[in-house]
Amino acid sequence: MDLFGDPAVWLPLVFAGLMGVSILIYVVLDGFDLGVGVLFPFAEDAEKDRMIASIGPFWDANETWLVLAIGLLLVAFPSAHGAILTALYLPVAIMLIGLILRGVAFEFRVKAPLKHKASWNNAFFIGSLMTSLSQGFMLGMYIMGLQYTWATFAFACVTAVFLTVGYSFIGACWLILKTEEKLQLKSVSWAKGGIWGLILGLGAISLASPLVSPRIFEKWFSFPEAILLVPLPIMSALLVGLLWAALRKLPTKDDSWAWFPFVCSIVLFTLSFFGLAYSFYPYVVPEQITIYEAASAPESLFIILVGTVFVLPTIMGYTVLAYTVFRGKATELTYD
Amino acid sequence: MDTLLLSRIQFGANISFHILFPTITIALGWVLLFFKLRFKATGDMKWMESYRFWVKVFALSFAMGVVSGITMSFQFGTNWPGFMETVGNIAGPLLAYEVMTAFFLEAVFLGIMLFGFSKVPSWLHTTATFLVAFGTTMSAFWILVLNSWMHTPAGFEMRDGVAFATDWWAIIFNPSMPYRLVHMLLASGLTVAFLLAGISAFRYLIGDKCESVKATLRTGVTLGALLIPIQIFAGDMHGLNTLEHQPAKVAAMEGNWETGPNVPLVLFAIPNQETRSNDFEISIPNGASLILKHSADGVVPGLNDFVEEDGTIMHPRVAPVFYSFRVMVGVGMLMLVMSWAAVWFTRKKRGGIAGLPKPMLYGFVAMAFSGWVATLAGWYTTEIGRQPWLVTGVMDTASAVADVPAPLVASTLIAYLAIYVVLMFAYIGAIFYLARKAAKGESIKPRVPSSGGAAVSIPAE
Repeated sequence: MDLFGDPAVWLPLVFAGLMGVSILIYVVLDGFDLGVGVLFPFAEDAEKDRMIASIGPFWDANETWLVLAIGLLLVAFPSAHGAILTALYLPVAIMLIGLILRGVAFEFRVKAPLKHKASWNNAFFIGSLMTSLSQGFMLGMYIMGLQYTWATFAFACVTAVFLTVGYSFIGACWLILKTEEKLQLKSVSWAKGGIWGLILGLGAISLASPLVSPRIFEKWFSFPEAILLVPLPIMSALLVGLLWAALRKLPTKDDSWAWFPFVCSIVLFTLSFFGLAYSFYPYVVPEQITIYEAASAPESLFIILVGTVFVLPTIMGYTVLAYTVFRGKATELTYD
Repeated sequence: MDTLLLSRIQFGANISFHILFPTITIALGWVLLFFKLRFKATGDMKWMESYRFWVKVFALSFAMGVVSGITMSFQFGTNWPGFMETVGNIAGPLLAYEVMTAFFLEAVFLGIMLFGFSKVPSWLHTTATFLVAFGTTMSAFWILVLNSWMHTPAGFEMRDGVAFATDWWAIIFNPSMPYRLVHMLLASGLTVAFLLAGISAFRYLIGDKCESVKATLRTGVTLGALLIPIQIFAGDMHGLNTLEHQPAKVAAMEGNWETGPNVPLVLFAIPNQETRSNDFEISIPNGASLILKHSADGVVPGLNDFVEEDGTIMHPRVAPVFYSFRVMVGVGMLMLVMSWAAVWFTRKKRGGIAGLPKPMLYGFVAMAFSGWVATLAGWYTTEIGRQPWLVTGVMDTASAVADVPAPLVASTLIAYLAIYVVLMFAYIGAIFYLARKAAKGESIKPRVPSSGGAAVSIPAE
C-alpha cells in the first residue's frame, strides 16, 4: 500500500481517475442510446424498430457505467456523494424516473399488446428526454457550484438543452454507423442539425466555468498552463470542422467512413471531459470539498482497488466481445 | 408526516418494488440454463420452446430490476447520506464488488443471451446464459452480505463515530449472512417455481396443452415441492440465528411481551403497543418455547426487556413485524400443500400433468405471484424488525436521513408510487399477454441453434 508513497494521497487520485473514466464511458455509451431515444419522434414506425435494434443488446451494459460511476462516488467519496445528491435531489429523481420509463419501454414496446406499442414508444422518448435534460441540468448546476440562484438555474437549463442536443448528435452518429439507406440518410441530417447544439454547448460551458470561478480562470489563463492547454480548444475546433466536412459527404457509396462521425464525437466528448476534469481538480464538490477531504479510509479504498485491477480489464474484455458479436449494421432483434 | 417517515416510506417502496424482479431473475436464470442444457442433452424441442418463452419473461423482469435498482443506488445519497458517512468504509467495498463482479457480467452477457442465439456458437450462448445466472446470484451474494452486516455487524471498529474495517472475512461472513443468503436464494427458487407453475397452468387452462407447457408446469411443481421443505428448515434456522443476535425482532415476531419460560405460540392476535399486550390472542401453550428453545420451559425474550429506564422504546413496532411474519409463514404452508399435492396428482400412474384436477390448475394460476407475497412479507419482518436501528447497535435510522424538505420527499414519493403502480399492472399484464400469445400458437419455428456461421471467430463445438 505504501509502495507509491502516502496512500492517503495517491488512492483518492486513483479513484477520482476511475470515477472520471466511468463517467466518460457512461456519457459516451449511454449518450448515444439516450440520443437515439431523443430522436425517436423524428422517425417512422418501421425505423423506430431498427433504431431500437441498434441499441438493444447494449443499453443495459451502458447504464451499468452510471451505476459504477455513482457507486465509485458513493464508496470512494461518501461525504461528497451525500452533498452532491442532496443538492440535486429533484433533477436526480426526474432522471431516475426517466431511466425507469425508457428502460422498461424497451421491453414493453415489443412484449405488451400491439395496441399499446405507440404509448410505449412515447414512454421511451419521454424517458430518454427526461434523462438527458436532467443530466444536462445537473451538469450545469455542478459547474455553477451547486448554488441555486436564478442565474445558475437559467444556466443549468441552457446546459440541459445543449447536452440533450449533444446526446442526440452522438446518437445520430451511432445510427449513421449502424443503419443503411433511408434511415442512414435521415441520421446524417439529424447529425447536421445536432452539431450546432454541440458547438454552442461546448462554447457555453467553456465560457461560463472560468467566469463563475476565479480559481478555474486562474488554472486556464495563467502562464505557462495556458500554452500547454491551447491544443485542447484547437483540437476540438478541428474535430468540429472535420465532422462538418464529413457529414456533408456522408453516406458514401460503399459506406466507407460511416464510422467517422461516431469516433470523432467520442474524441470530442473525451476532450471536453478532460477540460472539465482539469477545471475542477482537486474538488469533487466544486469549491467546497476536495477529493482528499472526501475520500474513504485508505484500507477500504485499497481493497476496492485490488478488485478493480482484476475486474475492470475483464469488464473491458467482455464489453468488446459484445460489441464484436453485434457489430455491423443493426438487424432485426429476435430471440431466435 | 416528517422527512424521516417519508424517506423511510420512499426507500421502502423503492426497495420493495425492486426486490420483486431480482427475486425472479436470480432463480429464473438457472432455470433457463436447465432448459438449455436439457435441450442440448435430449435434442427435444420442447425445452428450447420453454427457453424461448421464459427468456422473454426474464428479459422483462431483468429490465424492471435494473431500472429500479439504479434508483436505489442514488437514494443512498439523496435521502440517506448519513449511512455512507458512518459505515461507508464497510458498505462501500461491498457495493463496489457487487457492481464490478455482478452487474457488468449480467448486463453484458444478457445481450448475447437474448439476441445472440443465431449470432454466436451454441456453446457461447449456453455460457452466456450461465454467466447471467451466475451474475445475478453474485449480485444477491454481495447485497445480502451488506444487508446481513447491517443486521449483525462484525469485523469493524468505531473511530470518531465512523466505522473502519478490521477484518474483511468477519465482515463478509458475519453471523447472519449464511442464513439470510440461503433463505433468500430459496425464496427466489420458490417464487420462480410458482411463477412457472402458475403461468404454465394458465396456458394449459386456455387450451395450450403442448409438450413445452407440460414440461414447464412439471418443472415448476417439482422445483416447488423440492425447495419448500428445505426453505421451512432454513427459515427455522434463520429464526434461531435471529433469536441469538436480534432478540427484540424475535420477540416482536412472536408477539411476546414478557421474558419468561412456557411462552405460548401466538397464532393470531392484535398486538397493542399502548397497553403492551395482545388483544384477541389465540395461542398454543408452550409453543414458542418449544420452537425457539426446544423445551417447554425454555426462556424466550420479551419486548418489555427492550424499553429503557427513561421509557425509550428500543424494539420495533410490533404489529407490522408480527403480521408480516404470519403472512410469510402462511404462504409458505400453502406452497407446501399445493406443490406436494400436485406431485401426488401427477405421479406416473395418473398420467402426469393430465392427472392434475382443474381446481388445482386454477389454484396455481392464483398462486403465480405468491412467491412475491411471501418474499415481501419476509423482508418486512426482518427489516422493520431491525428498527429503530439502521445498523444494529451502531447507528439508528433517524441519524442517517437527509435534511431534505418533507414536501420535496412527498412529491418524489408520489411520483415513484404512481409509476410503480402503472408498471406493476403493465408487467403482470404483459406476462399474461405473452402467455396468451404463446397459447394461440404464435409460430415458434423449430430452429436449431447455429453452431457455424458465427459472427465471432470462436471455434464452434
